[in-house]
Amino acid sequence: MSIVEVQETNKMIREMNLDVRTITMGISLMDCAHADMRVFNQNVYDKITRSAEKLVKTGEDLERQFGVPIVNKRISVTPISIAAGAVHTDTYVPVAEVLDKAAKEVGVNFIGGFSALVQKGCTTGDRILIESIPEALAVTERVCSSVNVGSSRSGINMDAVKLMGDIILQTAERTKERDSIGCAKLVVFCNAVEDNPFMAGAFHGVGERECVINVGVSGPGVIKRALEEVKGHDFETLCETIKRTAFKVTRVGQLVAQEASKRLGVPFGIIDLSLAPTPLIGDSIAEIFQVMGLEEAGAPGTTAALAILNDNVKKGGVMASSYVGGLSGAFIPVSEDHGMIQAVQRGALTLEKLEAMTCVCSVGLDMIAIPGSTSKETIAGIIADEAAIGMVNNKTTAVRVIPVIGKEVGEMVEFGGLLGYAPVMAVNKFDCSGFVNRGGRIPAPIHSFKN
Amino acid sequence: MKGIITVLGKDKVGIIAKVCTYLAGHNLNILDISQTIIQDYFNMMMIVDISAPSKSFEEIVEDLQQVGEEIGVEIKLQHEDIFNIMHRI
Repeated sequence: MSIVEVQETNKMIREMNLDVRTITMGISLMDCAHADMRVFNQNVYDKITRSAEKLVKTGEDLERQFGVPIVNKRISVTPISIAAGAVHTDTYVPVAEVLDKAAKEVGVNFIGGFSALVQKGCTTGDRILIESIPEALAVTERVCSSVNVGSSRSGINMDAVKLMGDIILQTAERTKERDSIGCAKLVVFCNAVEDNPFMAGAFHGVGERECVINVGVSGPGVIKRALEEVKGHDFETLCETIKRTAFKVTRVGQLVAQEASKRLGVPFGIIDLSLAPTPLIGDSIAEIFQVMGLEEAGAPGTTAALAILNDNVKKGGVMASSYVGGLSGAFIPVSEDHGMIQAVQRGALTLEKLEAMTCVCSVGLDMIAIPGSTSKETIAGIIADEAAIGMVNNKTTAVRVIPVIGKEVGEMVEFGGLLGYAPVMAVNKFDCSGFVNRGGRIPAPIHSFKN
Repeated sequence: MKGIITVLGKDKVGIIAKVCTYLAGHNLNILDISQTIIQDYFNMMMIVDISAPSKSFEEIVEDLQQVGEEIGVEIKLQHEDIFNIMHRI
């Protein structure tokens, strides 16, 4: 072992914000099914608190043992619309409250899975769940919700898209005294993945085992610093540098994941090697674009820069771990990335450019504050566009927009902590209601003519 | 099992003595030391055997931090795995 390597590792941790972003325990709630809400809730509470009893403590121990910060400890559960499908009820809000209580009991900061998968159609349970979202997110603190409205195989459920436009606005309204923060905990997906450890879109997929440990690693600061060393070099050097650095970052996640899995006696699932920014200076994707040679995120060339970043992060990561999954790649949230916030404020970055960028990023339109006066049809239109990008390109896309009630373009919104702050962005004012109100389902695209 | 101790801070008399005294008192054998001083800054890496310490690893991490604070340097103990896994395929 050489002193240079030891110093390099510690420099990455200390100065470049290298961290393990999250250890997420996925827990199946399938065996909690019961027709009586009280019994179901008791089963859910017992199972979560029993399974995740040692999760936070183990995370903290690993943090000390390796000297690397592990920022979040979280839980994802079976989509509640499935797990609670047998319950005789017309609202799942009590289930959200139980999830919140269980999360607080074991000390995790978020619990994901107040979710429904409705890409092809809604069951009764799915509809009850979706309609429960505004209240569930208003009365709980740590519960996160997601709805999958489309996939490359089944097309886009436009009825659900339309409904979600309304649900997002209702959620904003219910939490308007806190800058509509409820919407920061709600994601609409196309091609949702079942092993994603990142909130708000995390849930424990039905194809998963009983209990599993997924780890999300992150290191925009590390990549940025590495790229500063090769400023002005050609694209081969640029790509090689990202790849090598992503490898090292992912290895740290792999180590933490294996060790956590061993200590908790829970099988290891996947490493999600995403570059997830934080509002800290030096931990930003937009700053990586600047080091690559762009004046601001949003300048011509940004989509190409993001494509390079996303692809090479994956290339470096797959060498470091055999089980790479989740949403691996670069996230481009606005409010959580101080460089992106600056780009919006300077007029370099618009919603339309962000949409173009989502064709090559890991997820989609993320943490974007829009005027509270935006109509539900316009929000549905934004969701439809984003879902179409995912559906046609066989990738995961998502929408997490926050219509901030009472605020207009240019005003600032403060969400606090990792959720950050954001300027309210302009939305195209032209009407799309005739389109989204058609209803029904957009058929799946043909994939035999790949070009 | 091995642990890596790194010590970083302004050079002064007695840094090594303090660290070694603590390690000896808790049954941690030193396997290797390398140390440099760059422009008054003391920079040391130690590889120690952590298979039979008298306290838990986490407690020793905290104790060493404390020792560092007393003498005004930063002392970090980490399990060797984090370095091995990052730099060796």
